[in-house]
Amino acid sequence: MSAGTNKLNVTVTEVVAVNELVKRFHFERTDGGNLPTFSGGAHVVVEMRDGDTTRLNPYSLMSSPLATRDYTISVRRDDVGRGGSLFMHNRVKRGMEMVISYPVNLFSLDLRAKKHLMVAGGIGITPFLAQTAQLASSGGNFELHYTCRSESLGSYTEVLRERYGNRVNLYYDEHNERIPLDRLLATQPLGTHIYVCGPAGMIKWVRDTAAAHGWPDDSVHYEHFAAPQPGTPFDVRLAVSGLEIHVGEQQSLLEAIEAAGVDPPYLCRGGVCGQCETNVISYDGTFKHNDHWLSDEEHCSGKKIMPCVSRFEGRSLVLER
Amino acid sequence: MGINFRKETFRDDFTFRNSPENIRRFPFPYHEDAYMYSVNIEPHVPGPKNSVFEHLVDVDEHYVSEMQDRAMVLAEDPLRCQSLPHMTLAGWDLLELLMTEKAASYPEHFSLTREGDRWHWINRPLGIDDTFTFGDVSTLPYGPMEYITRQSQGDFAILDQRDNNLWMDAGMITTQADWSLDFDIGMNFFEWHAPVPLAHEMGVFTRALKYLTNIQQGKPARRLNWTMTINPRLDTSPENFHKWGGDRLTVTPENVGQKVHLRVELQSFWRLPRSNALVFPIRCYLLKMDELVTVPKWARRFHRVLRDLPVELAEYKGLTRYRQTTVEWLSKHDDGAPTSPGFSPD
Ligand code: HEM
Ligand code: FES
Repeated sequence: MSAGTNKLNVTVTEVVAVNELVKRFHFERTDGGNLPTFSGGAHVVVEMRDGDTTRLNPYSLMSSPLATRDYTISVRRDDVGRGGSLFMHNRVKRGMEMVISYPVNLFSLDLRAKKHLMVAGGIGITPFLAQTAQLASSGGNFELHYTCRSESLGSYTEVLRERYGNRVNLYYDEHNERIPLDRLLATQPLGTHIYVCGPAGMIKWVRDTAAAHGWPDDSVHYEHFAAPQPGTPFDVRLAVSGLEIHVGEQQSLLEAIEAAGVDPPYLCRGGVCGQCETNVISYDGTFKHNDHWLSDEEHCSGKKIMPCVSRFEGRSLVLER
Repeated sequence: MGINFRKETFRDDFTFRNSPENIRRFPFPYHEDAYMYSVNIEPHVPGPKNSVFEHLVDVDEHYVSEMQDRAMVLAEDPLRCQSLPHMTLAGWDLLELLMTEKAASYPEHFSLTREGDRWHWINRPLGIDDTFTFGDVSTLPYGPMEYITRQSQGDFAILDQRDNNLWMDAGMITTQADWSLDFDIGMNFFEWHAPVPLAHEMGVFTRALKYLTNIQQGKPARRLNWTMTINPRLDTSPENFHKWGGDRLTVTPENVGQKVHLRVELQSFWRLPRSNALVFPIRCYLLKMDELVTVPKWARRFHRVLRDLPVELAEYKGLTRYRQTTVEWLSKHDDGAPTSPGFSPD
């Protein structure tokens, strides 16, 4: 495990059209060897360099955590989104070199569960492909309920059926089939955990219904990405050093200050230690505070910023640095 | 060149001591002449050669003897090693982490060969040569966590991450500064930290927890903590308080140099890949006062830190009975000269 780097250089080894809307991508390490181990539910952030802009999109790993020769992800084409999925569909070809992050898991299995009840909608099936592989290898007890628009647009329905037989339940909108959620929730053994991944509306439906059935919060899990979104670029004046700097979309304010040759204090680079706290001399705009260090009052005061994680949008910002 | 492992004891006749080279690499924990709790967490990246940070998992001259001491503690009290049933996978994760780090950093002492899930592990200092199936508990003499932590210096707590909190659901704890795994098992981050004074009010723990739950695979972090121990005893557990509590009354101006030890814990935090748990190795380093004063900057600084330490901290750390005697002894090694900023010797 190489500390301090959480990027991986990979080569696209296969691109497979799964159906009209979904493509699957296989990545291997460019320098050979195995990719880092991960747990079912983990995602990677894929960097897409497109001229001057870089997009960072998170995708769940769907390959088995037991086989890390390659990673696979599936991407559903979204014609109205920010363009990440279109880039993947139209520009990414076999043999291309790309950069992805180390796996991060914000949707992990609770291994205390007596049973894992999984609810997937559409492309939300991907984390469950990895989780079911992990559970199957260790004799885990699971049951999957997967709803798709139509048989032709259902991804991996056959593979799942083949692997896990009647532990997999399929529902198609085109046949007016719907997951019998109330019945499912009412009939689970004690110690069951429920996991949901799919459209926002489905996540809400499952969470609300589980709450109405008296399921404790800690046994209801849903996928949510805290993707490192690129920020809007902004300019800053460093009053003490007398420098004007530009903070690019892929850079933190702290990184931009360092790139200008100033050596500010820092420790965690994650917004908790307080070391990088910096006084604001003047500003005209809005702060995007992302730290856990300053109090709410300090966030509103406009007098302080934590440059390791926080940003700014507006006309001018002058820092005491 | 390999490490020259010392043969020594941490009980009874207490023959533990540091070689001069090992004194220089001691992780002295004060960057200034005063000490207070803070969120002192930083990325765990490899540091300078001949420091304890050179490799991410440090092995030093006390390795073999520390492992013998651990085996003795476990023989008397098996509850020092516990793992709740859902933590076995995390145990395998830890085994992989420690084996790969050790084999990469110290190839002359450790080697690991993997063919699929058939693993071959050689630990030369301890004379171990085992072949086993990764993931199959029946192919090892102990569970995976116990197996590898019987071969790794320092204590290990494995924390399950759920509900935005960390839960102490497994551990190997035999060299602890007066806390108990058997008492803390199953507790969460705030519960096991409840006895610590002042830090809760300062917001140290809420912030630290946010950082820890965000730790990502491949990006470990670390911090230093410290206390003091009379005689070079690793096992200062509440379970054995009757064996060591009385030692604190035996310090006299004549024996401070040999009896009183600065005890520093290099604590690190790692995300484990399969289980998504967090492992918290607590590596303990001991330094005798006689050894500490061989570095003039450390002598001056430690004198000032101990003299001015807030009383709540001194009481919590259990220093009260011998603090004054030790401060007076150290004062003879402090000429009042200014000290340079930072941790390292001048
Ligand atoms: C998940 C990792 C951690 C574990 C398992 C852990 C465990 C413990 C335990 C068992 C104690 C002894 C409490 C007692 O008296 O019974 C302790 C003390 C303490 N912990 Fe932690 N801790 C962790 C992380 C942290 C972090 C990140 C910080 C701060 C940034 C911290 C700050 C402290 C402090 C200040 C004390 C008092 C130590 C002294 O004065 O000697 N801990 N911890
Ligand atoms: S570096 Fe720790 S809060 Fe910014």
